[in-house]
Amino acid sequence: MKYTEEHEWLREEDGLIVVGITEHASEQLGDVVFVELPEEGTEVTKDEDICVIESVKAASDILAPLDGEIVEVNEGIVDEPGKVNDDPMGDAWFFKMKPSDLSPMDDYMDEAAYKAFIG
Amino acid sequence: MAELKRTPLYDLHIELGAKMVPFAGYEMPVQYPLGVMKEHLHTRAEAGLFDVSHMGQVILRGAGVAERFERLVPQDVIGLKEGRQRYGFFTNDAGGIEDDLMFANRGDHLLVVVNAACKEADVARMRAALEPEAEVVEITDRALLALQGPGAEAALAVLAPEVAQMKFMDVATLSLNGVDCWLSRSGYTGEDGFEISVPAEAAVELSQILLSDARVEAIGLGARNSLRLEAGLCLYGNDIDAGTSPVDAALSWGIQKVRRKGGARAGGFPGEERIFHELENGAAKKRVGLAPEGRAPMREGTALFAAEEGGAAVGHVTSGAFGPSLGAPMAMGYVPTAMSKIGTRLFGELRGKRLPVTVAELPFVPAGFKR
Repeated sequence: MKYTEEHEWLREEDGLIVVGITEHASEQLGDVVFVELPEEGTEVTKDEDICVIESVKAASDILAPLDGEIVEVNEGIVDEPGKVNDDPMGDAWFFKMKPSDLSPMDDYMDEAAYKAFIG
Repeated sequence: MAELKRTPLYDLHIELGAKMVPFAGYEMPVQYPLGVMKEHLHTRAEAGLFDVSHMGQVILRGAGVAERFERLVPQDVIGLKEGRQRYGFFTNDAGGIEDDLMFANRGDHLLVVVNAACKEADVARMRAALEPEAEVVEITDRALLALQGPGAEAALAVLAPEVAQMKFMDVATLSLNGVDCWLSRSGYTGEDGFEISVPAEAAVELSQILLSDARVEAIGLGARNSLRLEAGLCLYGNDIDAGTSPVDAALSWGIQKVRRKGGARAGGFPGEERIFHELENGAAKKRVGLAPEGRAPMREGTALFAAEEGGAAVGHVTSGAFGPSLGAPMAMGYVPTAMSKIGTRLFGELRGKRLPVTVAELPFVPAGFKR
């Protein structure tokens, strides 16, 4: 598992990268009430805003962590945004992407580094 | 930036694990560990305790105080019976709203409760209109608590059974935990409940006693905002301000007949010309409830359009959030009066996309007042 400074987690699974937000991020956001996901098949560029997540407090964006294609999105969190608070590291993943360039993965943090990052 | 002020309950908020934020010059709890959503739902289901000590409490006392106060507000002050409270607003010469407030006839004085952000200006305005013949005393040694929700009466009756006799907008002085408190049966959540003015030194203990009741949870400003928005109530500075008139703001109901054209004490308040004109002919714009069709909240500042494509903005959202009890996003905003009919379909622009939103009836969630 890798982590970004934008509080996203990335997990490799069958040649795809599964992306979600961290427990810490979900706690900071507060109760999530709305999630908008990209369409499956969309080509995305690293650091592009591709998801919107709104909590009772505010709206924030989720950035594409890598270049690639969105191959699957988790409609379950669109129907029940509260899942993002209940299980951010598991069931409430956001999307799966087929990366075209895996090199940024080396720059992302491992769990120990992320824990240090959030203090 | 000036140093933030603290209410007498500051240490208790910290002890309860509140997240503190700056609000109207005060460090206030925006939420407790329960979180905004659960705090909101708990208040509607049982009872919530809010610290609203940042609000201004002002006593007006002396000769002709009701007559003089009527020069500042378009409400019937003289006709307000002893033991009763009324909603009102200070107007300016242009007919805009300078602040909204509650005022109560407490026998030998009026008690006025005003918004924190406006209280300095409000006190100055009242001093100018009332002194030296009458006295204007800003109360700085009392906290103000709000206990709101269907369980509020039962929780408070443990300390003072008499509260059960009070009806919506009644006021009384009652002893709670051996301390004289000024109570009103009112609040700003759309729920039944009480506002309790308590001496600052007794505020923590009273709060702890109330919180020890299984029905009562501490509730922060986050849930206070979604509760008041579901109840269709205005937030000063967002939904009403010095430029919006009472008619724009759909607050005409707050102007009693006796102060209107043809009434026994018609006019005599700032901005009567515009307000009378608009009461008769309507205003150009109107505050309405707005129900976005999807799940995306339309927040303050969202531009509103008459069509999905093209055309200039016709209005904007002044308050918007997700309504936990409603289970959907909700908003209030201003639209041209011609587009203010319930059911009118408009479009709110979110992230460059125009999404449908319908003019909706207020309140979003029915009130639970004990009339």
